[in-house]
Amino acid sequence: MAVVKIPPVLRASVGGQREVTAAGGNVAEVLAALVEAHPGTRTQLFGADGELNRYVNVYVGDEDVRVLDGLQTAVGEGDVLVILPAMAGGGG
Amino acid sequence: MSAPDLRTRPCGGRYGDIVEAIGNTPLVELKRLSPKPGVRIWAKLESRNPTGSVKDRVARSMIEDAESKGAIMPGQTILEPTSGNTGISLAMICSYKGYPLKVVMPDNVTPERTQLLHMYGAEIVYSEGAKGSNGAVELALELASADSRYYMPYQYGNEANPLAHYHGTAVEILDELEEVAAFVAGLGTGGTLMGNGRRLRETLGDAVKIVAAEPMQGEPVQGLRSLEDGFIPPIIDLSLLDRKIFVTNSDAITWTRKLLDEEGIFAGVSSGAIARVAVRIAGELDEGNVVFIVADDGWKYLSSGIYTRPLHEIEQLESTLWW
Repeated sequence: MAVVKIPPVLRASVGGQREVTAAGGNVAEVLAALVEAHPGTRTQLFGADGELNRYVNVYVGDEDVRVLDGLQTAVGEGDVLVILPAMAGGGG
Repeated sequence: MSAPDLRTRPCGGRYGDIVEAIGNTPLVELKRLSPKPGVRIWAKLESRNPTGSVKDRVARSMIEDAESKGAIMPGQTILEPTSGNTGISLAMICSYKGYPLKVVMPDNVTPERTQLLHMYGAEIVYSEGAKGSNGAVELALELASADSRYYMPYQYGNEANPLAHYHGTAVEILDELEEVAAFVAGLGTGGTLMGNGRRLRETLGDAVKIVAAEPMQGEPVQGLRSLEDGFIPPIIDLSLLDRKIFVTNSDAITWTRKLLDEEGIFAGVSSGAIARVAVRIAGELDEGNVVFIVADDGWKYLSSGIYTRPLHEIEQLESTLWW
């Protein structure tokens, strides 16, 4: 099982939890398990085309999966997935 | 590529005015932070720009671009959303060139930024800190659309931002190093990574890895109503990045202290985060040069106590917009 860290903006959809566990061998599978357990997250995490919402960043550990293998990025047992909103920031 | 030895150069050059003196910053090797002998870590000290940050390059590039296009004339008010550094750089340049400046800045940045902006004569409009830089962007866009007298350079969407690095910072790096295995910079507007990344990739090919260090904002600064309030700067092209790694506020501050304690580099919080990622990437290599950007100096963070107090005593660690 992977641990999924939930950002404040999504917590209402997971019963207020800061983190949940979900099974899966890659990011797509873990997020599918998350959506199955908490259907309210589906429209926030994914667009109508099934792709990750452009304003959602998903990290395995601390690395953004978009510049790795996207939803196919491997997730190991005990890995931590972090979901963060895409925000402006950084020395601007 | 055969630059003369630094010691023979005349004090970093001679310039007609302070705006011309932007750039040509030192590249300093950090031997103590290197994890292995074959890997050399270099800090590009953008903190040595006139107002103390890399944003001097960006502000000059955007203002000169607007001037060359006839979009602005002295006396016209410039409006810009900023978390601080770009505003300070614009404030210096606008003050020197005769443009009134209004900046929109989150209200949870360190107080030194307010003083520096006032020092250069800028007017400040504060946006809601809980919304981070997103809130500043949103409010500035509203103000600009409501009053056509404003000219907004808009660093998040202005190609003059990455071009400042494409034609400046990256050229300086390549002038000093014939080989770069990895380039690491902070991800905010994306200008530093896109401009340097493109030039380095064009020159060195896939041999150079372009790595982004991004802030993991504290939860009090993640005050979005919904994910649709998210923001991706239009100038960012993620396909140019090989890695994108977030750094927490506490890790960023820990490494800001490491830069100071081990290498004598007095830098701002983003530079600590960038250094942390640079050292990690260096540890994954067998040999080569790793270049990272020291985005600003530490003066603007002194009041927070991060250089002198234990981490657990730093107030508002998660509610401050550090970078």
